[in-house]
Amino acid sequence: MSTLTKSLSGVTSLQRWGAGRPWLGSCVAAVLAWAATVFTGQGHGSGDLLTAALTFSAFTVLVSLGQMLVISVGPGNADLSIPSSIALSGAVAMIVMNGNNTMIVPGILAAVLVGATVGVFNFGLIRVLNIPPIIATLAGSLIVMSVAIYVGRGLKIKPPPLFSDFMAMRLLGVPLLAVVALVVTGGIAVMLERTVLGRSIEAVGQNDRAARLAGLRVEVTRFWAYVICAGLAGLTGALIAGFAGGNSLDQGQEYLLLTIAVVVIGGTAVSGGAPSVPGIWGAAMFMFLLVAMLNAAGAGPGLRTLLTGLIIIAVIVAASSPGKR
Amino acid sequence: MINSISEILFEVRDAAKAFGAVQALRGVDFQITRGECIGLVGHNGAGKSTLMNVLSGTLTPDRGELHFAGRAGRSDWGVREAQRLGVRSVYQELSLCANLSLAENMRIAQPQLKGWNWRVNAGSQLEASLDRIFPGHGLRADQVVADLSIGKRQLVEIARAFTPGAQPLELMILDEPTSSLDSHAAGQLLAYIREFVAHGKSCILISHKLREIFNVADRVVVMRDGQVVESVRTDQTSRDRLVAAMGQDEQTTGFSGEASTTAGPQKAPLVVKVSSPTRTRMEMNAGAGEVIGLAGLAGHGQTGLLLRLQAASAGAADSAVWIDGATSFVAGDRQTDGVFGLWSIARNMSVGCLSQFRRGLLIDLKKERDGAEQWRQRLGLVTPGLDLPIFSLSGGNQQKVLFARALGSTAPIVLMDDPMRGVDVGTKHDVYALIADEARRGRTFIWYTTEFDELFHCDRVYVFNNGEVVGELSRAELNEERVLNMSFEEIAA
Amino acid sequence: MSPVLAKRGVHMLHTLLPAMALTLLLGAVFWRQPRAMSYFGINLLLDLAIPLMFATLAQMMILAVSDLDLSIGPFVSLVASIGATLLPTRPALATLALAAAVAAYALAGAVIESRRLPSIVVTLGLSFVWLGCAVLLLPTPGGLAPGWLSSAMAYRTPWLPMPIWMALVAAVLGHALITRSAFGTLVRGLGGNPAAVARVGWSLVRVRAGVYALAGVFGIIAGLMLVGQTTSADPNIASRYTLVSIAAVILGGGKFVGGYVSPVGAVIGALTMTLAASFLTFLDIAPDWQVGMQGLILIVVLGLRAAIDRLERIA
Repeated sequence: MSTLTKSLSGVTSLQRWGAGRPWLGSCVAAVLAWAATVFTGQGHGSGDLLTAALTFSAFTVLVSLGQMLVISVGPGNADLSIPSSIALSGAVAMIVMNGNNTMIVPGILAAVLVGATVGVFNFGLIRVLNIPPIIATLAGSLIVMSVAIYVGRGLKIKPPPLFSDFMAMRLLGVPLLAVVALVVTGGIAVMLERTVLGRSIEAVGQNDRAARLAGLRVEVTRFWAYVICAGLAGLTGALIAGFAGGNSLDQGQEYLLLTIAVVVIGGTAVSGGAPSVPGIWGAAMFMFLLVAMLNAAGAGPGLRTLLTGLIIIAVIVAASSPGKR
Repeated sequence: MINSISEILFEVRDAAKAFGAVQALRGVDFQITRGECIGLVGHNGAGKSTLMNVLSGTLTPDRGELHFAGRAGRSDWGVREAQRLGVRSVYQELSLCANLSLAENMRIAQPQLKGWNWRVNAGSQLEASLDRIFPGHGLRADQVVADLSIGKRQLVEIARAFTPGAQPLELMILDEPTSSLDSHAAGQLLAYIREFVAHGKSCILISHKLREIFNVADRVVVMRDGQVVESVRTDQTSRDRLVAAMGQDEQTTGFSGEASTTAGPQKAPLVVKVSSPTRTRMEMNAGAGEVIGLAGLAGHGQTGLLLRLQAASAGAADSAVWIDGATSFVAGDRQTDGVFGLWSIARNMSVGCLSQFRRGLLIDLKKERDGAEQWRQRLGLVTPGLDLPIFSLSGGNQQKVLFARALGSTAPIVLMDDPMRGVDVGTKHDVYALIADEARRGRTFIWYTTEFDELFHCDRVYVFNNGEVVGELSRAELNEERVLNMSFEEIAA
Repeated sequence: MSPVLAKRGVHMLHTLLPAMALTLLLGAVFWRQPRAMSYFGINLLLDLAIPLMFATLAQMMILAVSDLDLSIGPFVSLVASIGATLLPTRPALATLALAAAVAAYALAGAVIESRRLPSIVVTLGLSFVWLGCAVLLLPTPGGLAPGWLSSAMAYRTPWLPMPIWMALVAAVLGHALITRSAFGTLVRGLGGNPAAVARVGWSLVRVRAGVYALAGVFGIIAGLMLVGQTTSADPNIASRYTLVSIAAVILGGGKFVGGYVSPVGAVIGALTMTLAASFLTFLDIAPDWQVGMQGLILIVVLGLRAAIDRLERIA
């Protein structure tokens, strides 16, 4: 066999191995980005970079997991109300905690509950208005934002000291925030793999007609996808407020499109039914490191945004196949 | 009227076409002359639609020659070429844009209508066509298709196809064109076809209404199992002979499988009852442990009934349906109704009965795996691994997986939507045995099938025609001629 | 009521809703602020509707083929930014940039058709691209629109205020392009029954690319008019256009799928949405709630549409 044939057969078997693992691309990209950043920064602070990446990615991962569930429940589904949920729940968390160490857990619970309520509201809009979920969640988010403004305007409550300290703590060198995100990731993975709801999300996302005929409850599944997504956004809002030393209303703004980018780049099928959990981590780290790398290379926010957009489009084009709609 | 020295317009020799394991056409010879109208009849799976698709260029046959007006060709015969030379078809799926007006639909179909007043031109052309074929139609070119009833839309489809345009019109293929028309419009169409043909054009009419065939066709071609079994002039045959030709040969016995031995319906408690508010007023019912067949021509309401039963058992309100027990569904149209393409074989199986594998809140993966393994053995599934993607299986094996999904659930009533379509013989026999076994254990099956032989596995059969139940046959009374007669009977409109 | 009359009644409701909503809103505004009922007053109220109208027509074209454009807001902002930076100093380069943008839009449409991609995600990615380019041009808000553009937008039109003239122009243009022309028929046919259109032999890729390119052209008109009015720009100046344009098309009688759009309705919808925003300021609603009110208006509009659609189906 000639070397060309050998290398070609090697490539195709590699392709086959990779095709079953949609998260592979993003993880490889993340590693490359980290290497590139370290290289452009001449190796300074590679450990610090990793810590920062893990910390900030933790927030991204938490909300993106929720977005992944919504996107996976069927084509055309996405939750664009995440930034307003974050703003509102952050404010609520700070108010409930009120600087008191003993109120940390109730504060977090309140934030998650507020998020879940937003999820119920979103689902209600989608069902009643009978419009694309993107529009429903975007419209709903405006109302949620107003509530957030009303509740949180001028809020100067600082998070409880234990809560703030928690943000900087590490467990065996890994930021505690990242550990929390990892635990939640594990929970979502188990949910998808081993609960009826998880299987239903994948089934409904692939073919809602077949799912109904197989006896699954399609609307209930969609409901929970939206509620879990918004609940996770609520949790993230509380954590972000704790991290930033207080709630600010636009702290969730970047997550509007970032979560979709992370879900798409991480290998989750945009048409639904195939969530890719490890890919969320790979893509979240990649996005952070991309920004860091571009910063280190002197590129401004414009170039960053432009590149993000091109990468999203490139990823979905590459993941698709030519054919009739 | 056929001229004794009429010219052959279109000739097909030895056309064959297979779809996977299914041989849709087995060496068909077919020809039509100018000025001739051929009626094409046959039972389900006879190959009528496939043959028409070959003629219209939509499908390329695996082998065979096509000669149109003397020109030879197979490789370059396609939709464009066929249309260019004058072959047009009207199918059952409507190809109108519902959001556009009649004139606008005309424009899309006939791009040569250009200029400032294309709307007026297109509109008047279509209206002229409608006036010619369906006088008194009451339609205007500026009406939007979405505002029209199905019957009216069918008028527009037909008139549009018959409108002369940039391309000639030599051969018109009509597939069940009167299915949505009332009797008055149907009569008008038939009269127009006679006139069309009298002017030297040709027409092929597929219809299950034999009265229509005898009304307009010069010749009748009967197909069965992918072959032409009879080609005779209409004045030299009769309805009964056509029905006989569509069914089995005299020599072959009706059925060679094992008979199932479930108790008669009188002894088992009723689980399903469907009352019919339509003309025939026939009630459909099923008892526990019975295997009920739904027969008749494809697309005459059988799938609709199954879906209603499924919805009713899931909680939807339906005053005509009474059903006692949960249902599971075996899809026939795998792609749209059954298979989860991104999943493995095991997951496709288990999705119908996930709650069974639950231990507490979580699914016990080992139990799920064991369940899948049991079904693999019971069904004789051929696969190197149950975790492989479902599309690694052949069509027949995929269908087995869908059976496992439905039978693995605890639902006492199993609805089957023509699930053996395109499945190989080996798989079929495995599944028939399984169905008989399950029925003995008290499971009820409602089985829609387009293959006549399968009806012999049923205790009772309901025959559908035009959306209604027109007859009930027990296994003892079952023979193909009776079913065909009921399927091809004219329902008084 | 006989079924035919009922059907016709609901049909009337469907087509008249945008005009009724606009009239109602105008009445409410004039009641609150009688001085607005003047040339100057209407100019002030509806000036900002002018660029929005054309952005709405762009969105309408995309909705006509059953897609959704989430990048129209950032696109208009980009065009405005080009108008404030490149256009006055290097008009040739600016023209090239705008032409490239239209080509990019066309490419997006072609890829969406040929690869069966969801327009939502592709246009979301595209919105990033537009935003990034705008930020590269204008890292901080500023720039200056060319004199001819600002004077044109400030021109005092005879008889009727400019917004009314523009609305008429936009409505006539949209109507001619989408409702009356053969191309417009083809576009709506693609939205209604793409399989049927393909079966006749039309190239779906070309039609969709053409539709997206045309939307890009309307977006350019919108962006240039906007920067002519505001004289300076920033990368987020029109980001709210995305949602508002969708609401305007739906309010005007358009549907998300099926190729049902009304250009005249869309223009009326744009006027109504602008008026609604102004009306909110007249009501002295606390600034906290103004954002929410926009969302509420959107929800009310879409809810009304859904209710009318349901009525139509029952009739």
